[in-house]
Amino acid sequence: MPMPTYFITLWRVGVFISALVPLGWWSLQVANNMAGPEPGRYLLLNIGQAALWLLLLTLTLTPLTKLTRWKGFSVIRRQLGLWTLAYAFLHLMCYVLFILGLDWAQLGSEIIKRPYIIVGMLALLGLAVLGATSNRWAMRKLGKRWKTLHKLIYVILALVLLHFLWIVRADMQEWFLYAMAGALLMCLRIPAISRMLPKIRQRLKHFA
Amino acid sequence: MLIKIAKPSDLHESEVTPESIYLSRRRFMGGLAGLGAGLALAGNATAQEQPSDYADVPEGDAPEWFKAKRDAAEWQAIVPSDPSQDKMAPFADASGYNNFFEFGTGKSDPARKAGSLITQPWSVVIDGEVNNAGRFALEDIAKPSQFEERIYRLRCVEAWSMVIPWLGISLADVIQRAEPTSKAKYVRFETLVDPEQMPGQRSSFGLIDWPYVEGLRLDEAMHPLSFLAMGMYGRELPNQNGAPLRLVVPWKYGFKSIKSIVRISLVEEEPLNSWQQIAANEYGFYANVNPEVDHPRWSQATERRLPNSLFNTNIIDTRMFNGYGDEVASLYADMDLRTHY
Repeated sequence: MPMPTYFITLWRVGVFISALVPLGWWSLQVANNMAGPEPGRYLLLNIGQAALWLLLLTLTLTPLTKLTRWKGFSVIRRQLGLWTLAYAFLHLMCYVLFILGLDWAQLGSEIIKRPYIIVGMLALLGLAVLGATSNRWAMRKLGKRWKTLHKLIYVILALVLLHFLWIVRADMQEWFLYAMAGALLMCLRIPAISRMLPKIRQRLKHFA
Repeated sequence: MLIKIAKPSDLHESEVTPESIYLSRRRFMGGLAGLGAGLALAGNATAQEQPSDYADVPEGDAPEWFKAKRDAAEWQAIVPSDPSQDKMAPFADASGYNNFFEFGTGKSDPARKAGSLITQPWSVVIDGEVNNAGRFALEDIAKPSQFEERIYRLRCVEAWSMVIPWLGISLADVIQRAEPTSKAKYVRFETLVDPEQMPGQRSSFGLIDWPYVEGLRLDEAMHPLSFLAMGMYGRELPNQNGAPLRLVVPWKYGFKSIKSIVRISLVEEEPLNSWQQIAANEYGFYANVNPEVDHPRWSQATERRLPNSLFNTNIIDTRMFNGYGDEVASLYADMDLRTHY
């Protein structure tokens, strides 16, 4: 189904604004003393969780495109990937600013000492590499290797889930739901299953 | 029983407020009879002599016996030596930011969900190596003891802290009345188990094997600083803070201060506390506040004193035994606190 260009532009702008909304909402809460006695930690946790949401959303786009063939899903893939990077970076900034109190020396020692920090930093580093190579120039330069490089996102997902698992305290439920979502998205990449997605679309069309 | 702290270098007992002044203030606040006398007395009293005033703290739904004990309380029996650093947290923060996994894992879950906890009537089983075992109504546990207000620093193992004014009785009092036998070496505490009232206990992904269990060595439990709180900020405990009866051990990490206690047992063997069951490499039996022994996942050298803000994180140095070292360090004289974390 062909879409007018202005609609695609609107859709992309809409996604862009939607990705900013949570940040605005939490800032408003902090400004109005509605974020509890530790607003820095409130931002840290919410932004970190949003980064995971964005990562999972980014990973739904390819299966959704295959399932629906709607171009709208593929045109926001780079944008959502970059938003994931931005949120992950803000998450780290919150940690440095509000938990470590801008003590860079301590950040240095924490990165060496704490496995969950190491894993989180590796995930962020991976996202940064993908972000830096997400432009057309890099795509052209890398050619076929680009696709291989960007499979790194699966490793990043595993690192992020591990980072999350290591801060679970008393109840696994939330982590388990995210892990299930991640596992499902990974399953959809298994070639046999991935090939079935367009067929499912055909069948749905048939029934409709 | 009035508890006097041997070494007042960190803490001192403030002057005891005469009951008449306190009661007259209550009348004054309530707008009841005796307004004139109340005003006169309140006007004469200096700030330090006045009972703690929590004007903006909402009245709870305390039973009559609690109100009677409160009105006869010894106010500010223990206060921080440096009130400029140890500023009391606002009630809204102390009652809105809690770890109470029986009501969920988020910090605001307990405040939102603990309304389902029924705290009246409440009884506590005292058993084990004691002569006076039995089930006791909370009221009967409170009655023989003097109510005191103690303003303690609370240091969470997660590296944040608050200063909170508790209202309650000395733990030693309660244990003494139970008459421990010579076999009693430890005190084991248990929180209520009731999935109907406690939604966190209904989760099938929970890691805690309910009931939540905590423990103290008998000499720790008998220490004058060990406290059983039934109230805070001049009122009864809000449910999310562990109503109607909780432990407060100010030189240990907050998770030792078990909430909503239904059982106190004197035992021979060291109890296996809940967090040690889940992650013994992260949480030990002693859990004394110690800036030199890191949690495996974060440093314990500093803490964020709450409430803080984005522009002032309020990060301060954590003190050995949470600043109560003069009083309690002797309990651990021959121990390696790196292995007994």
